[in-house]
Amino acid sequence: MSGDPLFANGLNLAVWVILVVKVVAVFAIVLLSVLFMIMYERKVIARLGVRYGPNRAGPNGWLQSLADGTKLLFKEAFTPKGADKVVYKIAPYLMLLPALIAFAIVPLGGHITIAHHTTELQLADPQWGILFLLMTSGVAVYGVMMAGWSSGSKYPLLGSVRASAQMVSYEAVLGLTTATAVLVTGSLHTSAIVAAQHGGFLYHWNIIHTAVIPFILFSVAITAEMTRAPFDLVEAEEEISGGYNLEYSSVDFAWFYLAEYAALITNSAIIITLWLGGPDGPRIAGHSIGPVWFIIKMLVVLYIFVWIRATLPRLRYDQLMDLGWKRMIPAALAMLMIIAGFQATTTTSGSGIAHYLAERKWGFLAIVASVLLYALLTRAIEVGKQATGLDDPTDAHHKVGGQI
Amino acid sequence: MLATLSAAMLADTSGQALAHASAWAVFAVGAAMILTGAAGVILLRNPVHSALMLVVTLFGVALEFIDESADFLAAVQIIVYAGAVVILFLFVIMFLGVDRKEAIAAEPTKLQKPLAALMGLVVLVEILALSRVDHWASGAPAQSGVLNGPGDNVQKLGQAVYTGYLLPFEMTAALLVIAVVATVVLSKRSAGSPERSSQGDAELSGRAGDPEDSEVSL
Repeated sequence: MSGDPLFANGLNLAVWVILVVKVVAVFAIVLLSVLFMIMYERKVIARLGVRYGPNRAGPNGWLQSLADGTKLLFKEAFTPKGADKVVYKIAPYLMLLPALIAFAIVPLGGHITIAHHTTELQLADPQWGILFLLMTSGVAVYGVMMAGWSSGSKYPLLGSVRASAQMVSYEAVLGLTTATAVLVTGSLHTSAIVAAQHGGFLYHWNIIHTAVIPFILFSVAITAEMTRAPFDLVEAEEEISGGYNLEYSSVDFAWFYLAEYAALITNSAIIITLWLGGPDGPRIAGHSIGPVWFIIKMLVVLYIFVWIRATLPRLRYDQLMDLGWKRMIPAALAMLMIIAGFQATTTTSGSGIAHYLAERKWGFLAIVASVLLYALLTRAIEVGKQATGLDDPTDAHHKVGGQI
Repeated sequence: MLATLSAAMLADTSGQALAHASAWAVFAVGAAMILTGAAGVILLRNPVHSALMLVVTLFGVALEFIDESADFLAAVQIIVYAGAVVILFLFVIMFLGVDRKEAIAAEPTKLQKPLAALMGLVVLVEILALSRVDHWASGAPAQSGVLNGPGDNVQKLGQAVYTGYLLPFEMTAALLVIAVVATVVLSKRSAGSPERSSQGDAELSGRAGDPEDSEVSL
């Protein structure tokens, strides 16, 4: 519970060295995963579209992203005339940083002993654990905003304005659903969240403990957070021709590309940590193979992200805001209250269905209250639409959705 | 100085010196960030740059919170202030197109600058005096607020908020809800102006829909 055993005997030089090695290792893991992920996504999306995908560079085309990256590095770095030079140059790095450091709190499974120092297989295990994720996703929007604003042209600015509204909106859902997972665990430590889900494949995972809905809300919210399809209005090609990174080229654009995929990798890892048991899985021949399970789960989650991108069309702007504020935030709030209600059970002696209900009265009360309040909210939205003349869809979308 | 420091680190097996140096480095970096950010906010002329420097200050403050083992405050500092409040500042600045350089020379009030300088001086003297007089403002890691008993800082804060301080907590929440409702009511145009009354539903996008409001000037 009290964090990494590495620091149990204070801080000395060996601990420092191990720390630095861990930092470099995590950095390398994320960057290599990005190289892999770009190809994975292109291959899978090609297959889903009944194509071959890139198959020229290297064995089966797997060196394509390396070739593309090298090509990008040697291109001319172009800065628009109207750009705000300093902010323009900083923005790509600010985009990359949150995506990279969020991976620090992901537990990859168990402990490891290096030179008599036992340490967790995770870079950092602070006591504010999962709040770190909310923090990084909160500041991730700065890269997008700064890039869009500093480019000095209108499409990037529109992209960044979209991004800021979208990311701040979905932040709330992310926080509420994370609170649900923390509630059933009783700790903010990511290591404790994983430990609480240990044992019993699937059955003990938070996805089951929280009745699936918070998991779905969290996944949708985090997809919106990283502005990935179907929430990629920030870079909608048809409307704003690429959005915030439109003016970037060469290595600066490479950073954006890298950041996007690093965020995908990190957020998938976070989904696994919070809801899918982290490195939990059956032992093979008596050995605990946490990291292997973790990688398998990563491949599955990443595949689903690619699948969603290949399947779903992009949302319209008003649909995006409606989904966030009128559907997902109330639902996340209701689920938080219901889970909290079921956590507040009292154990008394007795049997029968009445006794069962009495023990869980707060939980069932929360369900009833949630349903009533949700009905009230739906009614309120309808009344509001009629009052403001927004109930006619064709009219409304011309006015609201079309401009931003 | 650096050479002696590193020599001391190598000689010291218990890690006291290293731990001390790490804590000191965290404090120094945090303080430098706070001061740089604060100076940037008032000295830079572009409002967007000022807002970004404010973020630097907020991060510095978060760093100092961590140094004082107030982890939850640090996280909330970043999530709420850097992650939402300043984002909305930037949103408004970019949207309203006020992101040009401000003419600082033209002052609305004559006495503003001398008064500001005077107030700054008073605050500085106050802080210095307090650090001389009172033990809790000494700059050393907090002594009066040290945690007792088992449990993390975050855990204890949570228990305090939801048990002993539940009423103030709920009242704050109610206050915020009232503020939100008031904002919606105040920002909603009367039914008399037809081109704006139809946009009360989606406030953000509704504003964008109005070409006069969303003048993008770069």
